[in-house]
Amino acid sequence: MGRYVIRRLLQMIPVFIGSTFLIFFMVYALGDPVAALFGDKAPDPATVQRIRRDLYLDQPLWKQYLHYMGQIFQGNFGTAFNGQPVTELMASAFPITLRLTLVAIVIEMIVGIVLGVFSGLRRGRSVDTSVLVFTLVVVSIPTFVSGYLLQFLFGVQWNWVKPSVSSEAPLDELLLPGVALALVSLAYVTRLTRTSIAENARADYVRTAIAKGLPRHRVITRHLLRNSLIPVVTFIGTDIGALMGGAIVTERIFNIHGVGFQLYQGILRQNSPTVVGFVTILVLIFLVANLLVDLLYAVLDPRIRYA
Amino acid sequence: MRGATCAKWAVGAVAIALAATACGGGGDGDSAGVVSASWGDPQNPLEPANTNEVQGGKVLEMLFRGLKRYNPKTAAAENVIADKIETKDSQNYTVTLKDGWTFSNGEKVTSKSFVDAWNYGALLDNKQKNASFFQYIDGFEKVHPEQGTPTAKAMSGLVVKDDKTFTVKLNQKFSSWPDTLGYSAFMPLPQAFFTDHAAWVEKPVGNGPYTVDTYEKGNVLKMRKWDKYPGDDGAKNGGIDLRVYTDNNTAYTDLQAGNLDLVDDVPASQLKNVKADLGDRYINQPAGIIQTITFPMYNPRWGTGKEKVRQGISMAINRDEITKEIFQKTRTPATDWTSPVLKTDGGYKEGLCGDACEFNPGKAKQLIKEGGGLPGGKMTIAYNADTGSHKDWIDAICNSINNSLGNDNACVGAPVGTFADFRNKITAKQMTGPFRAGWQMDYPLIQNFLQPLYYTGASSNDGKFSDAKFDKLVDEANAETDISKAVSTFQDAEKILATQMPAIPLWYQNGSGGYSDRISNVTLNPFSVPVYNEITVS
Repeated sequence: MGRYVIRRLLQMIPVFIGSTFLIFFMVYALGDPVAALFGDKAPDPATVQRIRRDLYLDQPLWKQYLHYMGQIFQGNFGTAFNGQPVTELMASAFPITLRLTLVAIVIEMIVGIVLGVFSGLRRGRSVDTSVLVFTLVVVSIPTFVSGYLLQFLFGVQWNWVKPSVSSEAPLDELLLPGVALALVSLAYVTRLTRTSIAENARADYVRTAIAKGLPRHRVITRHLLRNSLIPVVTFIGTDIGALMGGAIVTERIFNIHGVGFQLYQGILRQNSPTVVGFVTILVLIFLVANLLVDLLYAVLDPRIRYA
Repeated sequence: MRGATCAKWAVGAVAIALAATACGGGGDGDSAGVVSASWGDPQNPLEPANTNEVQGGKVLEMLFRGLKRYNPKTAAAENVIADKIETKDSQNYTVTLKDGWTFSNGEKVTSKSFVDAWNYGALLDNKQKNASFFQYIDGFEKVHPEQGTPTAKAMSGLVVKDDKTFTVKLNQKFSSWPDTLGYSAFMPLPQAFFTDHAAWVEKPVGNGPYTVDTYEKGNVLKMRKWDKYPGDDGAKNGGIDLRVYTDNNTAYTDLQAGNLDLVDDVPASQLKNVKADLGDRYINQPAGIIQTITFPMYNPRWGTGKEKVRQGISMAINRDEITKEIFQKTRTPATDWTSPVLKTDGGYKEGLCGDACEFNPGKAKQLIKEGGGLPGGKMTIAYNADTGSHKDWIDAICNSINNSLGNDNACVGAPVGTFADFRNKITAKQMTGPFRAGWQMDYPLIQNFLQPLYYTGASSNDGKFSDAKFDKLVDEANAETDISKAVSTFQDAEKILATQMPAIPLWYQNGSGGYSDRISNVTLNPFSVPVYNEITVS
């Protein structure tokens, strides 16, 4: 187990270097950001030259990258154009997005798995069909439609919640955005669980358990669910990374000043330290989440052992 | 820490908390008479000489008062801290300050506050984005050389005589120079700015009607009324909370839900409903912004000898219809190269462009034919695709041109991925066809609409237009001490633009905004920034 974890951690290093370089290269390819700082006006060349030198932009790309990586290992992620250190932006943005992601994950897990179990156990009946139709509808509505719709209905029309999230982003204000964010994944979780449950419900070990006279709820929770959740756990694990990075739309709609907002602004202003820094952290989160998923397999399925 | 306790409480009560609306936002205890307003994260640190966009400008407008201020209604430059600014030759100025002005930390506003601030702004080492505003002061080239390092720390043209007086020597005659001093780059700065710069940027200190209460970067800036403000335009409300919004649609939704008091940027998608939603709480008034299509005069396909083609293209555009259909009348068709906010006295002249800006498809077709036709039989209009939804109106213009010329393929839009890339191509003179350009005035003077844009070698002369007669008239106008004569000379210069058409005036942009029924007396100034200090809360 320990050796397996170490091996996985070591494998992360090339992935980390490769992905940061790719991101660095892509932001760089967008062009020189300094001109945009001056708006519609032609920039004054002497000032531009100074700013470029300060941001290390007058060096060739590979030197910029080495310089940047060197700085990162000293804990310095650079400075955004408004003079704020990127680490400060991260410290304010990541907790908020993490909270939003957790809200979304909890919602999609609870609702998704419950719906999946119900429709999986009642395969072909009306519950199953209506859940399938529901998930189909949810999957086919893009987030920016469902987000604006939820916001308008709950925030403006019925006035139940505030349509935007305040800067502290407390959990209660994140419920509605969490629902908007969770909707699409929720549908996938439901369908995955349903298929898996429906398949395993006829497996030998379930029949054995029932034949032994175990109560129904114990058969479902201890035997059926535990084995059926493996694909769901995989999905949710990868979804954590996707939700954290992909919350851009939701965060914009609900005015959440999280990772998505910072990334969006960073890209718009071509502020490479912000973009590369944030994406680097996201890459790390994704890698770690994947590792945790793999380790969870062993817990869920006794047949899987890591050397 | 009200916010924190609120969040903790929320953790335990998630289940019943859906309806709870008392947390965070504008609902704080000290919010009596406080207005919440939408904001965008400023691009630069909030230093006066480093703020060149409207979001930072909003803060500076509340935080600072300079020698002059532009009247929010008439746009006239009026003395605030300046008692008088005198000159005999339009080149050597003596500035005298009024008594009784202090910064909110108690420090007196003296001539040194101005001179130090201006020298800081001009010095190349400080990389201030508005440094070029000091370029008319003698000695600027020493502190801000085109190449290499500065050879002086201060401009020789600025001399402190005593606490109340300083002199300014310009490097050329510039009669309307005092009227430029209302721009935020010319604001005075307290000594704390220089001695503890980092702390100042965290929590700026100024001499305006508001002080900074708390500044959570990227989230919210709370400005509170400064009770001891010595000026006569003090705040009529308890304070302003500037809240950063990720999207102007969300801000608008918040306004509708009664969660926000003021938005100053109504999203384009809501323009159709805004009248029904807000009634007379919707503001739509002219701002000092003009949009043009500029020609790359350095490109032989569009430059010298193509006047008729350029004029013809201008006449092929149906400005009325586009401003009505696409902009819902938040733009006004342009008939000169300035802006209505200047008023007639300030140099705005309706119809100065004449026939060349009137929609006339027949004449357009004829002129373009006489001028030798579109180069290569077709044209493109370049724009940046990332912000500002320019695609819609560029396509509409091309459509208009195509209809006028009876050729479906005459004009197409040419998107450039990012704004930075777009600007880089323009500065590097790589434009092969006309491109969109927008100009927001720095100060409400006709000079600011002409000289930086069309004078030979001027800083924002994107099309590299050059005309000896135009330059001569601008020089004359700058040296003219009589304001009305100066204005009419500038207008003579402007008439040359009508015959040469280096840039097609499209429309004047309005500032738009909306507000809740909790506040009243909301107006926008000529820079389309809300006049915050005049807002009253019921």
